[in-house]
Amino acid sequence: MIAQLTSYERQRAILISLAVALCGLLLGLAGRDDPIGIHGALIFLAGVATIFLIGRDYYAPEPPVERLALYYDDPSKVGIVLAMIWAVFGLAVGDWAAWQLVNPDLTFGGGWSSFGRIRPVHTTSVIFGFGGNGLIATSFYVLQRTSRARLPDQIAPWFVLFGYNLFCLLAVTGYMMGVTQSKEYAEPEWYADIWLVVVWVVYFLIYVRTLARRKEPHIYVANWYYMAFILVVAMLHIVNNLAVPVSLGHAKSYSAFSGVQDAMTQWWYGHNAVAFFLTAGFLGMMYYFLPMRAGRPLYSYRLSIISFWGITFFYMWAGSHHLHYTALPQWVQTLGMTFSLMLLIPSWASAGNALLTLNGAWHKVRDDATLRFMMVAAVFYGLTTFEGSFMAIRPVNALSHYTDWTIGHVHAGALGWVAMITFGAIYAIVPWLWKRDAMYSAKLVEAHFWLALSGTIVYVFAMWNSGIVQGLMWRTYNESGTLAYSFIDSLIAMRPYYIARAVGGLFFVLGACVGAYNIWMTITKPAVAAERSGDLPEPALAGAAAQPAE
Amino acid sequence: MSIFGFHYRLERKTMGLVLGIILVASIGGLVEIAPLFTIHQTVEDAPDMRLYTPLELAGRNIYIREGCYACHSQMIRTLRDEVDRYGPYSLAVESKYDHPMLWGSKRTGPDLARIGEKYSDSWHVAHLNNPRDVVAVSVMPAYGWLSTTELRTDDLTLHLKAQRAVGVPYTDDMIANAATDAAGQAAPDSPLADGVTKRYGKATTVRAFDGRPNQLTEMDALVAYLQVLGRLTEAAIKPVARAGAAQ
Repeated sequence: MIAQLTSYERQRAILISLAVALCGLLLGLAGRDDPIGIHGALIFLAGVATIFLIGRDYYAPEPPVERLALYYDDPSKVGIVLAMIWAVFGLAVGDWAAWQLVNPDLTFGGGWSSFGRIRPVHTTSVIFGFGGNGLIATSFYVLQRTSRARLPDQIAPWFVLFGYNLFCLLAVTGYMMGVTQSKEYAEPEWYADIWLVVVWVVYFLIYVRTLARRKEPHIYVANWYYMAFILVVAMLHIVNNLAVPVSLGHAKSYSAFSGVQDAMTQWWYGHNAVAFFLTAGFLGMMYYFLPMRAGRPLYSYRLSIISFWGITFFYMWAGSHHLHYTALPQWVQTLGMTFSLMLLIPSWASAGNALLTLNGAWHKVRDDATLRFMMVAAVFYGLTTFEGSFMAIRPVNALSHYTDWTIGHVHAGALGWVAMITFGAIYAIVPWLWKRDAMYSAKLVEAHFWLALSGTIVYVFAMWNSGIVQGLMWRTYNESGTLAYSFIDSLIAMRPYYIARAVGGLFFVLGACVGAYNIWMTITKPAVAAERSGDLPEPALAGAAAQPAE
Repeated sequence: MSIFGFHYRLERKTMGLVLGIILVASIGGLVEIAPLFTIHQTVEDAPDMRLYTPLELAGRNIYIREGCYACHSQMIRTLRDEVDRYGPYSLAVESKYDHPMLWGSKRTGPDLARIGEKYSDSWHVAHLNNPRDVVAVSVMPAYGWLSTTELRTDDLTLHLKAQRAVGVPYTDDMIANAATDAAGQAAPDSPLADGVTKRYGKATTVRAFDGRPNQLTEMDALVAYLQVLGRLTEAAIKPVARAGAAQ
């Protein structure tokens, strides 16, 4: 890893790590009696550890010049491994939280382990840890292949990958110490937010610099989505996290916005985190890996243009459907509902484009669990976007909002769409990256597929039931015109569904564990496969490189 | 030239795509968010609106720290059953000084927008210590350590200053006395108590919230906050105040 860096790059990397360690030291000193002090120490240690890591191979010989004629895949490899670690951790914490709603004393008396603190640990670990690392790792891979250009340098990708994981680590450890902004999916405090902006700018620059070196005249559709993901997430993140810290030695900050403006800003962020993190990014993944794995060209280029710009434009209006019947002015609610309905068109255009791409390859879907992961993901994407538009209709939302139906909807998207497309892409990319013929065990991929699918279905059906029962019980009147059920009555009715949900979640966790084992065995077994033919920036080199590999 | 012809050229330009994405993605937010700051009717007028006292603010921060918002909303919608269950629907002005707002998105437990003074302090203390002592089937975690953890007050001045920086009208007097006011609000018979009502209004509740006037704990702060929810202004209860705002 370090041996691949030139000595100039090794020096640069040490300087960057030193700067990070110094920032950590200053934070640690400024916040000695606050959780920020612990985070300062953590950042300091991360910086020092990186310096030692580089120092160990500092005098290794310079990397061969021939590397510049190849793609740079080391960061993608590490990113995939990190994504799987976060997946197992984040899903397990989620299932633990689910069991806490069955037995609330599963906190074991700790403050750090109560539902309110581990719930964001779960959401951040799966969305940003698992999803984010999957996106970064695959985006580097896809960007190079579709541009036929190597990444511009060898430090920036590592900076993005490790910097991003440091952000995730600060976020997750922070929640357990009670450090949170309380804004859903934007919980990390001001210093972690600033750090993410730095990381994100470098990520964007990698994209632009690589595209500037591309040998393909056109920018492939997957990259439009990855770019929309990078750009719009930056925009959302910066605006929603504007805040004034109590002091430089305090983790706590106060949001620049309050009340109704804050609610609208937060759900403009929240809904578009779904749109540009959990949708655009993963559509980028799908537009590359699904056609590649199926061995079929994308069904319609024009449909992809319509769905891309439709999603980019419509989604940004839809956030206010999270605030129906609240103190938000009705005109904003109505706009949100209207655009949420229109959003169904580009969403189904994307899902349809993916499924129609499989025409002529359905026998592969039957035989190949990896491709089946991607197919099921596209189906769930279509189902969830339909459900989302439906739930955005005001009278439907009157029933569904605040209930478990929302949780069911989110998990249909998160488990059925995001996790399935990511697992599919990971099972495709692992043999390609590590130069293997196939995964260690196709049977384990199959087992993972069925665990994931059955877990998702059990989870989603449990939450649909509990949500609708809950919503109906809350609004039921008896003959004398008073409310028929107390809140506690509805809570008692939830119990069987909460057990079912936790069991469904357990299936999904087990599937991820099977996947992690399979990937580990694939990576560690000795390489046998030759370079994928043509997997080189210069087509001329492809023939030449194939020879020594024989 | 068709739009596809235009796109055929656009997708060859990195910066063209970048600018296109930024432009197209900015419109929705600008149209929906910016007017909320400029249209006066968005937030009703409530001349009687009080500020959170330092103790209540500290309690609010504990509410955030523990992630209470993950299961409890603070937003009663304009629906008949919600008004019957929880009280008058929430107005925008009621969270005017909430940085950030805690409207929530999920009710694993009930809405808390108007929980203030519905239950006694001792009920809240017992409930937070172990919810199943008072509600047998509750799935809420126990927060036993709140009663034994001393409340940090030495930095409340900085908290109020930061609040003022984001627009909450705390006076210099309030900021200077933040720590003593926090102690005074939970110690009704102490000399510090008078300053609290003087600075924050007669409607402010001064009580030994955790039942122990000689000790200032995180339980005091959290219960003080819960007891003020829905009670900073009467705008939602008095129709007169709302009619005035509509003009």
